[in-house]
Amino acid sequence: MSGDDDRRELAKSQDEVPQPPTPGTVPTPQSHFASRFAGLKGAIGPILTTIIAFFAGGLVVLVTGKNPFKVYNAVFNGTGINWFFHVGHHSARIPFSTHKMWFPWDTASIAAGNLQQTLLLTTAIVLTGLAVAFAFRCGMFNIGGQGQYLVGSYFAVWLGTSFVHLNPWIHVTITVVAGALAGAALAGIAGILKATVGAHEVISTIMLNWIAVWVGEYLFGEQGPLQGPQPSVPISNSIADGAKLPVFWGLALLQGLSIGIFIALAMLVVYWIIINRTTLGFEVRAVGFNPEAARYGGISVARNYFLAMAIAGGFAGLAGALDIAGWEYNIGQNDIPVNQIGFIGIAAALLGRNTAVGVGFASLLFAALINGTSGRQLDPSIFRPDLAGNLTTIIQGLVILFVGLNLGGLWMTFRRRRHKGRIDEAGIPQAPALPDAEREGL
Amino acid sequence: MAEAPLLELRGITKRFPGVLANDDVSFDLARGEVHALLGENGAGKSTLMNILYGLYTPDEGRILLDGKPIDLGSTKAAIEQGIGMVHQHFMLIPVMTVAENIVLATEPRRAGVLLDYDAARNRVRELSERYGLAVDPDARIDRITVGQQQRVEILKALYRGAEILILDEPTAVLTPQEAKELFEIIRSLESQGKSIIFISHKLNEVLEIADRVTVLRRGVVVDTISAEGATEEGLARMMVGREVLLRVDKKEAQLGGPLLQVDHVSVVDDRGLETVRDVTFDVHAGEIVGLAGVDANGQSELIDAIAGLRHVASGRILVEGHEITNVSARDALEAGVGHIPEDRHRRGLVLPFSLTENLALHGYRYQPNSKSGFLSLRKMGERARRLLQEFDVRGGDSQTRAASLSGGNQQKCVIARELSTNPKVLIAAQPTRGLDVGAIEFVHRRLVEQRDSGRAVFLVSLELEEILSLSDRILVIYEGRIVGEFPPTATEEELGFAMTGGRREAA
Repeated sequence: MSGDDDRRELAKSQDEVPQPPTPGTVPTPQSHFASRFAGLKGAIGPILTTIIAFFAGGLVVLVTGKNPFKVYNAVFNGTGINWFFHVGHHSARIPFSTHKMWFPWDTASIAAGNLQQTLLLTTAIVLTGLAVAFAFRCGMFNIGGQGQYLVGSYFAVWLGTSFVHLNPWIHVTITVVAGALAGAALAGIAGILKATVGAHEVISTIMLNWIAVWVGEYLFGEQGPLQGPQPSVPISNSIADGAKLPVFWGLALLQGLSIGIFIALAMLVVYWIIINRTTLGFEVRAVGFNPEAARYGGISVARNYFLAMAIAGGFAGLAGALDIAGWEYNIGQNDIPVNQIGFIGIAAALLGRNTAVGVGFASLLFAALINGTSGRQLDPSIFRPDLAGNLTTIIQGLVILFVGLNLGGLWMTFRRRRHKGRIDEAGIPQAPALPDAEREGL
Repeated sequence: MAEAPLLELRGITKRFPGVLANDDVSFDLARGEVHALLGENGAGKSTLMNILYGLYTPDEGRILLDGKPIDLGSTKAAIEQGIGMVHQHFMLIPVMTVAENIVLATEPRRAGVLLDYDAARNRVRELSERYGLAVDPDARIDRITVGQQQRVEILKALYRGAEILILDEPTAVLTPQEAKELFEIIRSLESQGKSIIFISHKLNEVLEIADRVTVLRRGVVVDTISAEGATEEGLARMMVGREVLLRVDKKEAQLGGPLLQVDHVSVVDDRGLETVRDVTFDVHAGEIVGLAGVDANGQSELIDAIAGLRHVASGRILVEGHEITNVSARDALEAGVGHIPEDRHRRGLVLPFSLTENLALHGYRYQPNSKSGFLSLRKMGERARRLLQEFDVRGGDSQTRAASLSGGNQQKCVIARELSTNPKVLIAAQPTRGLDVGAIEFVHRRLVEQRDSGRAVFLVSLELEEILSLSDRILVIYEGRIVGEFPPTATEEELGFAMTGGRREAA
């Protein structure tokens, strides 16, 4: 056990060593080191995944005879993220006031408008992503984010178009909260079914999605209860001004950015706290990893299945309500079956490894991709906008495919293969159940 | 050894990052010999055998077969040299038949592509008759017992022409009866000239079956001795490196009032069968009551009922006079029932959780682990570090995942957690399963400590030796009924007689 090489190796693989020399109550410097970077190690897989997906997407562009670098550059400019790179001397209005102040970026540029769109999408994807992530931590796969998002938006429209003379603060609050509760109720059905009769949540949430879609078709269709004033136009009324979220950047008429993004970011923090710092999160994770051990530990597995699904649905329902209260303001019948935001949330949760930080970044990635490839943003001479949307789908599909492959895990396995003996000796189960980051919940 | 050894490992060294798994290990095997490789978990036994089976390449050292150096770059090369290995965890395909599993990868074919099943069946039958390994070639693997699956593994190795058989902890998964049958198979193989490397950490087995014993400790060969004349105590000392108490040292029991009362309890299992039938017994403060029985005679269901994990069909369960019949697992815990579960992986631990989290699995809801719904990570960690030190858990700190500890240290963790709540009644279900000598001594000492501090210990074990050495009273369960109560002076024969329902064992 000598030589510098060995010592360097030791630092890298502390967690696999069966019998380190210290009878381990004091954390060794090596294990400190390892644990500090456990989260980064977990990011290897998603980053590799993204790079390969973009590379494959570039090949597809090449096949169509276009220059992938130009296309990606145009997509990038369409996302509005380039806004951050144009620093200068500008003045900006301080939100919710008439005062102006010096600001390094131009808040009224085209890039700024693009960025607002990207962040609006990010808001919804973060929350539908959390809806998948939270259930996953309890060992369940919530495919029902789409349905939960829809019922959230229905309730937001319903309450937003009612009580027109209510105090705006109260009105917007009940609109948003009701949306979240509606999503929680819908997902809770799947949770109860799993907890009581063992119905698999994948099946029940998919069926609930269709229920949500068809209820919406009825509600907002011609002569439907929430349909607007023109009998032949299947679109709801717009919600009252008091039920709208304040727009702090851009113009509300042009789909400016509402404070919904801050609510979504706050929910990432809430998610992290619940999972890592509360007894509820402890129970949820215990049930997710090993329901039998949780039961033995005195934890009610059924209760946690229900609660985890309800909380997950609450996130998705909130997404629907924030979209209505933040920029959509109404629902058209035709929009209901084409909306995909709940499913993009699945991709974001998978890529983000169900961690708060991961879901945040993955949501930004998908939102940027969708916005950057939308027909409105892309110059037709660089790439056909109708194909560009498919590029998004391709990259999204590849990401999910590679996440299924677990590139990070594969990479670690290849590294580990050379040192396999140690693992056998210590009697450690060979397949790591989840990557480190998933456990750390960063 | 008069003739040259069949197989020789010379100066094998294998390093893994941070661990020297084998340090200049030499080992030889004569034709027709059973050579046991003995050592604690993590002593380097499996590494050495994996080198011999071509799974790893040694960093230094040579392997000689019939005096000629050989190069084992892969398991395929090892098989071609006549080396076969039966792993602790079987490598069989559950939905295929015995014959299909045995001929897999070298199947006899018809027309180049079709499996010649008849030929396969005949070959298997021929082999099984020759070596006295009775199996039905047409039975599906998932329908036969573990003992039979092991025979299939042995047959698979023989089918591939193995002259040297490596058996990795072969008895760990077997019942005592199956183990007996395995030993007969080993003797029969030995008599037909096969050489066997028998890996184990069970001393009595090694002395019973082996001709010679090589003891490994921390990757180094302590000694190779003849099994004849060796004693369990001597081997244990070589393995652990210090004196080990194989017999449990305990004082006279100081009996108090009954802490656990089980009153006419019947329990139904998941299939709706009554597996515990009208069971009545008490465990008093300050005593260890052992429950002996062959596996699956209702022990698990009885334990689950006491621990609040399964409802009873009828009857009552009381802890210190308070009824806990059909309460939840949490209420049973709060009433003072501690429970060392029989399967630490399935139930005792959440393997991806850190040791801190595992140690708080019951107590996470209460101070100091949490306060008004929020975890107090710092205090959880402090408590964990204190327990890890007190129970001498090695191999990691409070942030280490439970999955990366060795079995013995995992069990210490479970025991630390269960004892830390000061239970009135402690259920210890197979508390030493899969542990090595040093860890067994530790567990036994802790159980006796609990008894001496006035708690009621209910010990359930399949190992008669453990029951006999720890218990103050012994109950025997057979087909869900308590069929007898014995003093600790009872003999294994008496207990075995009762355990099989009073019928003489067939063997």
